[in-house]
Amino acid sequence: MSMVSSFSPVDPNRIGHDNRVAAAEAEVSGRGAGGPAPKYIVVSYGFWIFLLSDIVMFSTFFAAFQVLAGQSPEMAPRFDLNDVAIETGCLLVSSFLCGVAALCARRRNLMTTEFFLLLTGLFGAGFLLLELKEFSSLVAQHMGPADGAYYSGFFALVGCHGLHVTVGLLWLGTMMAQIWAKGFRLDILRRLVCFSLFWHALDIVWVGIFSFVYLMRFAP
Amino acid sequence: MFGRLTWQAIPWSEPVPLIAAGVVGLFLLAVISWVFVKGYAPYLWREWITSVDHKRIGVMYCLLALVMLLRGFSDAAMMRSQQALAFHGPGYLPPDHYDQIFSAHGTIMIFFVAMPFVIGLMNFVVPLQLGVRDVAFPTLNSVSFWLAASGALLVNVSLVVGEFARTGWLPYPPLSELQYSPGVGVDYYLWSLQISGAGTLLSGVNLVTTILKMRAPGLSYTRMPVFCWTALASNLLIVAAFPILTAVTAMLLLDRYLGFHFFTNELGGNPMMFVNLIWAWGHPEVYILILPAFGVFSEVIATFSRKPLFGYRSMVAATMAICVLSFMVWLHHFFTMGAGADVNGFFGIMTMIIAVPTGVKVYNWLFTMYGGKVHFSTPMLWSIGFMVTFVIGGMTGVLMAIPPADFVLHNSLFLIAHFHNVIIGGVLFGAFAGYTYWFPKAFGFQLDERWGKCAFWLWFLGFYTAFMPLYVLGLLGMTRRMQHFDRPEWYPWVLVAGAGAVLITLGICAQVIQLAVSIRNRALLADLTGDPWDGRTLEWATASPPPAFNFAVLPNVTGEEPYWGMKERARALAHLLTTEPSYEAISVPRNSPTGVVTAFFGVFLGFAMIWRIYWLAGLGFVGIYAAFVVFAWRDRSEEEISAAEVARLDRSNRMMRSSVLAEEAS
Repeated sequence: MSMVSSFSPVDPNRIGHDNRVAAAEAEVSGRGAGGPAPKYIVVSYGFWIFLLSDIVMFSTFFAAFQVLAGQSPEMAPRFDLNDVAIETGCLLVSSFLCGVAALCARRRNLMTTEFFLLLTGLFGAGFLLLELKEFSSLVAQHMGPADGAYYSGFFALVGCHGLHVTVGLLWLGTMMAQIWAKGFRLDILRRLVCFSLFWHALDIVWVGIFSFVYLMRFAP
Repeated sequence: MFGRLTWQAIPWSEPVPLIAAGVVGLFLLAVISWVFVKGYAPYLWREWITSVDHKRIGVMYCLLALVMLLRGFSDAAMMRSQQALAFHGPGYLPPDHYDQIFSAHGTIMIFFVAMPFVIGLMNFVVPLQLGVRDVAFPTLNSVSFWLAASGALLVNVSLVVGEFARTGWLPYPPLSELQYSPGVGVDYYLWSLQISGAGTLLSGVNLVTTILKMRAPGLSYTRMPVFCWTALASNLLIVAAFPILTAVTAMLLLDRYLGFHFFTNELGGNPMMFVNLIWAWGHPEVYILILPAFGVFSEVIATFSRKPLFGYRSMVAATMAICVLSFMVWLHHFFTMGAGADVNGFFGIMTMIIAVPTGVKVYNWLFTMYGGKVHFSTPMLWSIGFMVTFVIGGMTGVLMAIPPADFVLHNSLFLIAHFHNVIIGGVLFGAFAGYTYWFPKAFGFQLDERWGKCAFWLWFLGFYTAFMPLYVLGLLGMTRRMQHFDRPEWYPWVLVAGAGAVLITLGICAQVIQLAVSIRNRALLADLTGDPWDGRTLEWATASPPPAFNFAVLPNVTGEEPYWGMKERARALAHLLTTEPSYEAISVPRNSPTGVVTAFFGVFLGFAMIWRIYWLAGLGFVGIYAAFVVFAWRDRSEEEISAAEVARLDRSNRMMRSSVLAEEAS
């Protein structure tokens, strides 16, 4: 079945191919890429790509909120900005502590790593509690997601972020148990890097929410 | 206890779905009992179901696509026969059922035929063409596949338990809101898309990472085969567009389940926002499908013209231009929504502009053939059939890009003819070309050429007979999705279209026969060298089927078309292949049931949410979480293949190639 023939390529001008280095490159190897990247690079790179897709998803919720809020601005509730400020503080401190935990993990110090991961989680949980408090007070004031499009957009966007924080806490707890049980294995360290990326990305999204949802109302 | 699920959910009074489901059920039962009686079950579990090998997963994706093609096509055949019978009469399908059929047809063909087919081809081919051993995340790849299969399963379950959506393949609100679609049909649609869409997104992340971070030494961007470039563009689009689908289906779910007001008529909801958001995903989606097909044609045309691809760099530039522009044309799907002349004008012009890079590609393929020694094998026939058909489809598309023309043609059969013209003539022909072209690589024997050509001509003629009349019908004013009609001037064209569907049915039969005949004659059709078509890219440098590790030694790439270069040098020196590399032990990822277990619980989660059985949904979620924890806890993630075994596998392939080379030299 073989169709091997002695017919060689007839394209003397090599249009659309790299002519300048065509002659030189014939013998050169390893140009451009030096083979597959090491695993820790591949894993964090892949997780970055995933985070980008996650941010696209958030941007869709942002867009929907802007459209719906813009249509009925009179529905905007009076947010308790003190609570929102504390929430923001919790999340930023939590991110900082996550960074400290990563440094401890780099030194392979089990106790301090676990300690700072626990603190990371506690501040994250604090954030969530305040968010739930805000949600329940809005629902009590008949500003729940079923009461109007403004609130639908608000609850979906902020709730999506909250859901991410919840999933992050589940991940964090699982990983703390894993580090405790298995120690600083290379694959676990790679997962820790991914978790840090995830946690910091949620901060960035929160900065967007804080600016566009809570503060924009004060814009002229 | 069981939410909305009762015995009434099974459509006892409708014979068509019951019979169809009975036949499918019996067939499945037969296959499963055959597997168990013959004792194949452990083999299937070990080598396929729990496999994390990108080649196996790619093959399973393509198999899923082929099976679902049969389902989607039977829906199409029912629609064509209904319209042929429903002139001045009710036909045999009640409107309620007919609406489910056209909705299921579109959903299945896009999400469960076209998507798995192109993802399967990319999964199988891309790591081989990049000269590496697997994708970046092999277990995640298995999860992606099984999630796609779960979505497909849920769509099929809707045939017997409950109903499918009656809202078209994109469920526009307010029709798809709970108020107007109170049944579970739209929920089936939304949950199966959420589940399979998550799989697609993960698959996109996986392949982007693979292409950007894992290539053989020396394989710089400008040396990558065009199929890898189109796969990169397509997967970048998946990463950028599928989250929009996830978000917009989540919004509709929130509306339906928790009374949100994203798209409702009242309390400030905005149904037009759904249309905008769904097409912001939907238009990139068509390029997600067509770009890998363009890649297949580029490989096939270069190989069978015995020439390097004409204008490689312009091909890459055109691919990436389409990748970017595909996000700037979505509004042409609803010019009639009333966005105003300026907005419509902008999107009309953008739509015409995106046709330019596609035109560049067509010329490149033509010039590749020009002056070449063209070999008219089956993959090449699909490619030439594509070029002719796709150009027609492209031109009717540019015609509709003119907003005033679109106001006349919107939602008419002219539109239906246009997008079938590009999706069948482009994506499906590309998938079939790729299927025939890479089949010997996957299984070690070629597909029967005679039946392949027969299938091509039946499909080709069938396509023209079935869809050209729809252009005419569209111009005569017939709209899409009509359950019956009474205009006599439409009738003959509807009958011709029905005859076309019969021809396509014969084409599908020819493909089934081709597969059966090829399996029977596999000894005669065997591909011993691993390079049956005299190929130019790296996948042909390894055995057919390739060993688990793909390449005994990662190839060192020194130019474009690396394998062609190797062969040229070997031919010049007559015996370059005899210098044996030093073999080393290779680590391959261990098999894992994570994918199939996740999907198992995913199906329960989806089914439970559709019927509002919340405790079961909770169990499904816990099951998925447990599967991930078990995976994360395992201690050994890789298996080693010894150097001796690698050497044994590689030597036999080298021996075969050397003997061919010697034969050629003498």
